Amino acid sequence: MSDSQVQVIAQPAEAHVHEHPPYQRHHFETYAQQNDATNFAMWLFLLTEIMFFGGLFTAYLIYRNWFYAAFVAGSHQLSIPLGGVNTLLLIVSSFTMAMGVWCAEMRKKGALVLCLSLTLLLGLGFLGIKTIEYGEKIEKHHVPGFHYSLQSFLDPSSDEAAKAAGDKPLPLDMARHTEVYFSLYFAMTGMHALHMIIGVSILAFMIVRAQAGAYTTGHVTYVENFGLYWHFVDIVWIFLFPLLYLISRH
Amino acid sequence: MTEHIEKPIDHESPEVHEREHHIVSPKIYVMILLVLLVGTAITVWASYVDLGEWHVAPGLNVFWNPVVALAIACTKATFVVLFFMHVKYGTKLTKLTIGAGVFTFLILVGMTMADYFSRAWGRW
Amino acid sequence: MNFLSKEKGLLSWLLTGDHKRIAILYLVSITFFFFIGGALAGLIRLELLTPQSDLMATDTYNKVFTMHGIIMIFFFLVPSVPATLGNFFIPMMIGAKDLALPKINLLSWYLYMVAGTLGLYTMMTGGVDTGWTFTTPLSTHYVNTNVLTTGIAVFIAGFSSIFTGLNFIVTIHKMRAPGMTWFRLPLFVWSNYAASILMVLGTPVLAIAIVLVALERTIGIGVFDPTKGGDPLLFQHLFWFYSHPAVYIMILPGMGVISETVSTFSRKRVFGYTAVAFSSVAIAVFGFFVWAHHMFIMGISNYSTLIFSLLTMLVAVPSAIKIFNWSFTLYKGSITFETPMMYTFGFMGLFTIGGLTGVFLGTSGTDIHLTETYFIVAHFHFVMVGGMLMAFLAGVHYWWPKMTGRMYPEKISQLAALVTFIGFNFTFFPQFVLGTLGMPRRYASYPPEFQILNVFSTAGATILGLGYLLPILYLTWSLKYGEIAGNNPWQATGLEWQTQSPPLTENFPEIPIMDHEAYDYDWLDGQKEKEVASVG
Repeated sequence: MSDSQVQVIAQPAEAHVHEHPPYQRHHFETYAQQNDATNFAMWLFLLTEIMFFGGLFTAYLIYRNWFYAAFVAGSHQLSIPLGGVNTLLLIVSSFTMAMGVWCAEMRKKGALVLCLSLTLLLGLGFLGIKTIEYGEKIEKHHVPGFHYSLQSFLDPSSDEAAKAAGDKPLPLDMARHTEVYFSLYFAMTGMHALHMIIGVSILAFMIVRAQAGAYTTGHVTYVENFGLYWHFVDIVWIFLFPLLYLISRH
Repeated sequence: MTEHIEKPIDHESPEVHEREHHIVSPKIYVMILLVLLVGTAITVWASYVDLGEWHVAPGLNVFWNPVVALAIACTKATFVVLFFMHVKYGTKLTKLTIGAGVFTFLILVGMTMADYFSRAWGRW
Repeated sequence: MNFLSKEKGLLSWLLTGDHKRIAILYLVSITFFFFIGGALAGLIRLELLTPQSDLMATDTYNKVFTMHGIIMIFFFLVPSVPATLGNFFIPMMIGAKDLALPKINLLSWYLYMVAGTLGLYTMMTGGVDTGWTFTTPLSTHYVNTNVLTTGIAVFIAGFSSIFTGLNFIVTIHKMRAPGMTWFRLPLFVWSNYAASILMVLGTPVLAIAIVLVALERTIGIGVFDPTKGGDPLLFQHLFWFYSHPAVYIMILPGMGVISETVSTFSRKRVFGYTAVAFSSVAIAVFGFFVWAHHMFIMGISNYSTLIFSLLTMLVAVPSAIKIFNWSFTLYKGSITFETPMMYTFGFMGLFTIGGLTGVFLGTSGTDIHLTETYFIVAHFHFVMVGGMLMAFLAGVHYWWPKMTGRMYPEKISQLAALVTFIGFNFTFFPQFVLGTLGMPRRYASYPPEFQILNVFSTAGATILGLGYLLPILYLTWSLKYGEIAGNNPWQATGLEWQTQSPPLTENFPEIPIMDHEAYDYDWLDGQKEKEVASVG
């Protein structure tokens, strides 16, 4: 394995008296070791996130297969423009985050703060649109467990979105299964939104620290590792968008 | 007794420094951004087109729309991982780690779905 | 000056980053939870003395065995070796000053304590009675007990476990001392590494399963609800996807301990080091492919049953390889019967029996008769208690001198090991017979013809309880009155034995250089000669 090359202290123990940068912790022998280790740790954490969302994707794939017609009808209730804009917002925010890491590496404090702030704004924009979408669902009684209404699926002509998509009425049992679609919709986008909220909160904290110059001294680890988290949340959405919004629009 | 200790990595030497702190240029980021935006447009467009199906066997059809949607999503994700997350310039360990995660995810999804699919096959 | 005496005061313990102190914090906490789980086991065995459900109502009995399972699995077995012995010794074994992420390590302990407290609160406010497996739709729709709070407690404990595993993987990859290549690592490190992979990849799936149950119970999001078209079996797929690897999370670190003790107390390097190392990883990998063998009678397809049964046969192979290799280590070794070795022998015998019965259960044809009976209960108690708990005790006794600087009284500890072994067999062997005769598990009452075997089992449990109580007494006694241990009372190899007992806070005065293979007793003898020569 390539990492069996060992990172060795450059000096013998006695000479090692605080010759390392202030941001290097004492149990690491070199800053590079610390960087490597924390980066690896972040990737391992992302593995846990893959498996966490994995359970939801498993559920989704199974029920989409079982109740395809219900999933189509449910998907037609979602707005492609809103979902599409959200996708664009997140993709651009991934770009601004990657640029932020570059700014930290190049020690450009002002540019870093700008990139992080843009990322934050784009993230907030995403959450704002999500709120609007959730609001629509609540209005139309498409929230499982809260007076869930089958009206739009039994009688598509009474519903704008269903009419626009040219939906046929569903038989009663298949209409009931749309509740499973929306359960997964809320579970998956809700879990994703929760991760966005956490990300946005950390970003706010990081902007303050970046302004204070904490990330432009050569210690880019925080920005880099947070960037990994942010990109991961973006990747989850990259899968959620086609799976939830784009089921059979033809 | 000869002592087999590997030569220490000199982290300050230029070649090592270059490999370890490969700074990805903004030009690459812009290119990837464009690729992702185009990919999004294509996937939305493709969802409005009926791409038909592949009749593998009687009763077993593969519908192309979801396959294309997933393929585009996987491609976009790959670009994010390789370039935005710097994995292309990263260590083998990072790549192995991601591989392990994807593998386990596929086991979860694949083997669970195999149960659900095979229930319809009835008894032997 | 050592890690215990360096700083004093409660805060220096509660805010420590020192992996050794965190290990001690864990040791105290898991012992506490072990005794609570043990008391619940006592209640189960008391109830089962008589065929009728007369000691407690059946609803109460359901709560007792549920909490017994949850506490023993999530609050004792899963953290037992990794969070105590692993935390303490992995950095020392690889020649590092600490784990890679000390703050995450401390966070892991706090999460464990929060989860444990929540679990206790749940117990005191009515408990939960679904069985530790939270099967839907019972847990989502049909019980009024504290499923939600228990689920949250398990969720938080899961994070504690994830952080421990994550920390170990990073540490083992990135912080080995010069010369410490992968194949010079002690096998204890390999086992914990494999278990850590399982913790990181498996636990999140349990987490999402719990989240979905919680959502279904609270706000009606129904992915498991048959009335909406959901499939209750999906919960079981997600649950067992973690819970099967969980049993390997529990046993692998114990196997790591056995590798160490079997070598030290036969004064011989472990036979087939590479095979043992790779078999640990193989158990971890294959462990992910077999989960539905817990679901053979639940409604999965016949084809799934076939595949999972076949894969289950495969996963037994690496475990068997380890048993063979430990046995070959003993052959022509210089065996001594100190307490850790007694527990080790107990492990090898009892784990073999437990593992073999696992093969009977993996065969779907026999499983459909034996599942949900006491055969299953006996099987997992043989591997978990006869196996894992014995390995844990072996490890605690083996490394006690290193952690505390004190020896415990040998005779009474050997007696306790013997008492435990005898008590264990009396408790759980009759349960194999009960299971084949058809006594179902999780029932407070049973047909009267099963009573004699149940009485045997309860009698054994009393002896077993005594066997577990004794170490608490003499180990605590030894802290003050035990003989002072030197650096290396067992004359073991391994970097942790080459430094003082208890160790320094930074583990080593200077970073050691590893210039010999693992379990190299010739090197150790060479060191002793050098020492004698330099003194004389």
